[in-house]
Order: sequence, then structure tokens, then C-alpha cells
Amino acid sequence: MRIGLLADLHSNREATEACLEALARAGCGRHAFLGDLVGYGADPEWMVDTVRRHVERGDVAVQGNHDAAVEDPAASSLHEQARAAIEWTRGRLDAEQRAFLRGLPLQVEEEDRLYVHANAWDPPGWSYLGTEQAALRSMNATGQRLTFCGHVHEPALYFDSVVAGAATRFRPHPGVPIPLLSRRRWLAVTGSCGQPRDGNPAACCAWLDTDRRQLTFLRVPYDHERAAARIRAAGLPDAFAQRLIGGG
Amino acid sequence: MPPRLQPGQQVGGFTLIELVHEGGMATLWRVTHPGQGAPMLMKMPRIDYGEGINQVVGFEVERMLLPALSGPHVPRFIDAGDEGDQPWLVMEQVAGDSLRPLLDKAPVDPERVAALGALAALALDDLHAQQVVHLDIKPSNLMLHPNPDGGERIVLIDFGLSRHAHLPDLLAEQFHVPMGTAPYIAPEQVLGVRSDPRSDLFALGVTLYHLATGQRPFGFPGSTRGLKRRLYQDPVPPRALVPAIPRWLQEIILRCLEVDPDARHPTAAQLAFDLQHSEQVVLTGRADRQRRSGRLETTKRWWKSIGMEADRLAGKAEATRAPLIMVAVDLKHGDPALNHALRDTVQRIVASSPGARLACATVLRTQRIGMDSNLDAQGRNRHVKRLVGLRDWTRELDLPDHRLTFHVLESPDVADAIIDYARTNAIDHLVMGARGMTGVRRILGSVSAKVVAEAGCTVTVVRARSSDEDAAPDPAA
Repeated sequence: MRIGLLADLHSNREATEACLEALARAGCGRHAFLGDLVGYGADPEWMVDTVRRHVERGDVAVQGNHDAAVEDPAASSLHEQARAAIEWTRGRLDAEQRAFLRGLPLQVEEEDRLYVHANAWDPPGWSYLGTEQAALRSMNATGQRLTFCGHVHEPALYFDSVVAGAATRFRPHPGVPIPLLSRRRWLAVTGSCGQPRDGNPAACCAWLDTDRRQLTFLRVPYDHERAAARIRAAGLPDAFAQRLIGGG
Repeated sequence: MPPRLQPGQQVGGFTLIELVHEGGMATLWRVTHPGQGAPMLMKMPRIDYGEGINQVVGFEVERMLLPALSGPHVPRFIDAGDEGDQPWLVMEQVAGDSLRPLLDKAPVDPERVAALGALAALALDDLHAQQVVHLDIKPSNLMLHPNPDGGERIVLIDFGLSRHAHLPDLLAEQFHVPMGTAPYIAPEQVLGVRSDPRSDLFALGVTLYHLATGQRPFGFPGSTRGLKRRLYQDPVPPRALVPAIPRWLQEIILRCLEVDPDARHPTAAQLAFDLQHSEQVVLTGRADRQRRSGRLETTKRWWKSIGMEADRLAGKAEATRAPLIMVAVDLKHGDPALNHALRDTVQRIVASSPGARLACATVLRTQRIGMDSNLDAQGRNRHVKRLVGLRDWTRELDLPDHRLTFHVLESPDVADAIIDYARTNAIDHLVMGARGMTGVRRILGSVSAKVVAEAGCTVTVVRARSSDEDAAPDPAA
């Protein structure tokens, strides 16, 4: 089975559609949405409806800090502009859409996999996982061999050493399948689909081949200028639009 | 300790037939599978042996890299899995022997050493093009495999220490000791660099030295300090041990063994090229060296080597481009406008990569049937005349000798000769002129079209910009 992985979609319809198409071309029959469906972007209704349809068909979605903030702004320490975007988002969503976001689980376990937005040691605390030590801490907090998460917008792959007490960070190369060797634990930050921040405006996603036990990171170019124009047209802060164009 | 495996036992759907190797690191079984006809080997790391980390990690590296590799110079990956705690992987069994038994017959004839070296360098070029540095090149990892057409090629085996530029390096952070095989390991590898393809050229140089002289250039050191000696002590020149070794071969071998990777051949393809064209190797002081450096020089280098950091010898090679460019020149129907355009294109290509070398070739057509006279009407040697013509053609390029070679290819078919040359010399970029729209082309077909279709490299076909009348259909057609 091939599972498409998308994180930090942030109401970016153009990026999400492009990634779903790329994942379909790779043969993905299932998806896991790794949180932060909303915030920053111009299409929260479309995004929530789309992910909800996927979940109804058996796909996985977990809650991110922006999703949680729609209902409870205090639950997540967003900076001022992001908070303003969430206020705007709340106004756009109907009760049913808000209920869907509220009802999303913080983490999902499936076979040898854990899906979680930020980290495994304290999912509702939303601490960032940006170091090898943090990756090891997260791997130690779950019994699952594979962890897939987002929150940090830059793609990365961590694996634990066979020598105890160390993890190594690897910067994935798009399109190159990486065998997730069975004797190790692996933690993948798939990178942001809807708001890449590493200087490359192309959307991030990844796919897992559970039969071959291979993970492939992708970069998917999309019409980011259109997505940026729609952010501006919606009256959202210009900085969000700028970020899509500069990729950071 | 897991139970001992027996012939006839099933592992991952494969049937164990025969134990072919039992080493400290891994065992190798010949296996069969109902869906697979080709001979196959199953490799299993020894997990019952010592603390088990080294051999298991080496196995994992191979497990990660082998499926990513393809082509005629690596064994084909077939399957991998775990039988309980025991990981295994199955690959194609490569027919033939390794170069290891040849060491017992060393010194080997220098021409044979060069031929084997060229085959190994071509295999390395293919591996390096796939973003992989082998890092454990030695005679026992070079399999000499007979080709169906009667030729032979080298197949590289054992990727347990290898590094793929686009895959996680499981070995990078776990071991802070030099990893490699003591006699062959490159100086930068001793310092912990694992990303420079030219480390493989050093190890191949040690192999060629050993084959040509029967001795190891740096002995068989057993400590890190002993390994570091190669950072400052140069080897005894091969010709001092075996005077029959030609100067060009000493030049090539000692260049492979340079401490600074920048002083070695920039790519495996360039090394293969020199080994295949000994008459055109540019000889330097290395060719005439008669003894290793004196104590004073060695002491100076020793001082320099103390505290030599990995970054000084670090692999810049991933960024280095040193392509082999080939230009096919038609000296017989030389159209001045086309010649000018061709030279102009070549000039721009070599100017953009300072490490590039240019091989200038022309084809001397021979009869398909019957004897050719090698002399023209005036009795001059046709081959020599073409060489003179080629040299003249390149004069305006103003390239130094060490970046230029000349080749007169003799063949009844121009396109075949060019394609064959480009393939056997691992040419990166081939430049040639388009033959004009003449009656000849209509009868014979286009040489460049065939070359573009069949050469395994980038091909640039140059056309002289023509005025409208020239472009009009040939009235003779």
C-alpha cells in the first residue's frame, strides 16, 4: 500500500490540489493529513471539506495547533498575525466544519506507524522538533517504529543509531526512495504542503510504500502566485502572501 | 545464538542450496527461487558474533544502497527481508573471479594491469555517476566478468562501506575511526572524509601498484598511526621495483596515489582514458621518479600532515565537473563554415569547464571487404596525415597538451566507429558536425542521426548557419 503524507496545508488549496495529484501519480490509495489544515491561507472551507471527505473514505487526519486554535485561541500560543488569520478563519467556517476540526485526534497509531502533528512526547504542547535530541525524545515516547509529523515546515528525516542514545538527521533529496530499514526507528518531518519555508516555493509532501518499506519525499511546484493573490484578495496580511512567493 | 542454517532450508521464500562463504562479517549462500532463473546469492550478516554492530551496519548500508543501483557494473538487487532477527538480502551472483587470485601471480604484465585498471575505472565511473562512492575498492571487490560478446568487464561488489550522496549515511556519525581496508584506504578516508569519489581512484591505484609490482605501496598497517603514514610518506616508485613497467604506467599509478585528491585524476573516466591511451599520457616528474623522497622531504611533509584536518582534503568532488568531451572532425569533406561553427562550439564547451579534456577524433574509412592500402597516391601514410590534420584543426583552440588527445579511428562505418569510441571511453559529451544535405547523405543516411540515437552520452550536432540558397533542396537529388 502507498500512503500519501501531507502536513501544514494551511488553507492553501492550490498547493494541496497539486500535492494530491502528485501523490495519485505515485499510486497513493490512502493519505494521512498531519495537522494544521487551516491558518494563513485563503481557502479554509474548501480545505476542511476536502479533508473531511478523505477521512470519511478511511484516510487519517490529526489535529494541529492552528486547527485547535479555531475553537480555543488560548490553547495554542500563536503570534499576533497568525491569531488574526485564525479569527478570520473562524468567521468563514460553519458549525459543522468547526466541529470536524475540534473532533480531530491528536495522534493516530496504525500498524507500526504514528501520525502526530508536532511530537510524540506531548502532542498538545506543540513543542517544535528541530534537533536530533528532540527527535530521539519523540521516538522514545512512542512504541511505534515509524513517526510521521509536521509542525516544523522544513522536511527532515531522523533515524536512531544502533549505538544507544543518538539520532541522526538527514536532509532528504526529493524523489529518491529511502529504504526505512527494519532494525531502526525513523521519524519523518514531511515538510509543509501549504507554506514551505526553506527558500523553495514548491509544496512539500511524501509517500510511504508499506510493502517495500520505502519513503519518498517530494517537492511539487504549483501556482503559488495565484495562492498568494487570493490571500491578498481575502484581506489577509500581505506577509502570508509574500511567504508563498519567496518560499520562506 | 540462532540455529545453524542447513541446505534445503527456506528463508524468505528462497531455498538455501550451498554455503559459499563464511566470513567474520557475513555468510553467503547460493539460493534458488521458483520465480527466478538467474544464479543468486543470499547475504546474511553475522549477528551472533561479538557486539555485532559493525557487520550489521555494513549490511544495512548495502541493503539501503543496492536497490538504488543499476547497470552492468553492479550485481542486481533481488529482494531483502528479515527471518526473525536475521536480516538477509538476495542479489544476482556475478560469474567470474575477483582480481584477488591475480595478486599471487604478481608482478602481472603491465599491459594487462592497465587493461584491468581501465575496466575497473569504467565501472567506477558508472558507480560515481549514480552518486555513489564505493570506499572499499580492492582486488577482492573487483569481479572480472566475461561479457557475452567475448570481452570482459569489471563488476563491483560489497557496498558495506559505500556512501550514496542522496541517501542517509548510516556510518557517518557512528564510527570515528578510519573505515576501509588498511592497504587500500585513501588518506582523506583516514581523516574521516566519506564523500570524495577520488578516494576510489586512490584505492584503485594501490590495486594497480600491487598487481604491477607484487608489493603493497603502503604495507599493511595495523593502527591508525600506521594508516596516517601515507599522508606524508610516498611509496617506492613502481619502476624501482620492476624496471619493465613503462614510464606512462608509473605516471598513472603515482598520480592515483597522490595525497591531495586534487592532484589525482579528476574523474574515474579520465583515469580510464589515460589507461586506454598510454601513448598520449602526459609524463611529469612522476614518470621518472627513481626512489621515494629523502628523509628531509618526508619530515617536512610529516610536519605538514600533523593536525591536517579532514576539511583540507574534504570532498569538493561532488561539485567538480571534469567531463570528457569528444569532437568528431570530418577532415575529408571539410566545409569551412561548418568547421568554424564546430570549433566555435567546442571552444565554448571546454571554456565552461576547466577540468574538461578534449578527445579529437576522425574516422578513416576502411573497405568492408578486401585489403586497404595504408598509403595514399603519393605514398604517404594516411593515418599520420589524419593525425597531422587533427592537430592542425585544434591549433586555434589554444588548449594545453594535457587537455588534448588525438585519435584516428579506422572503420568501414563512420557512425559505428564514433559510437563505439564514445562508449568505451565513457565520453560525457560528443560534438560533431551535421553532414550537409547532399546526395551522399541521401544514399548513406545521416551519420549524426545514428550517433544521436545510439551514443550513450550527450550529443551536440553543429550546423553552420546557412544562407537561404544553401538551404534550398539539392537540385541534384
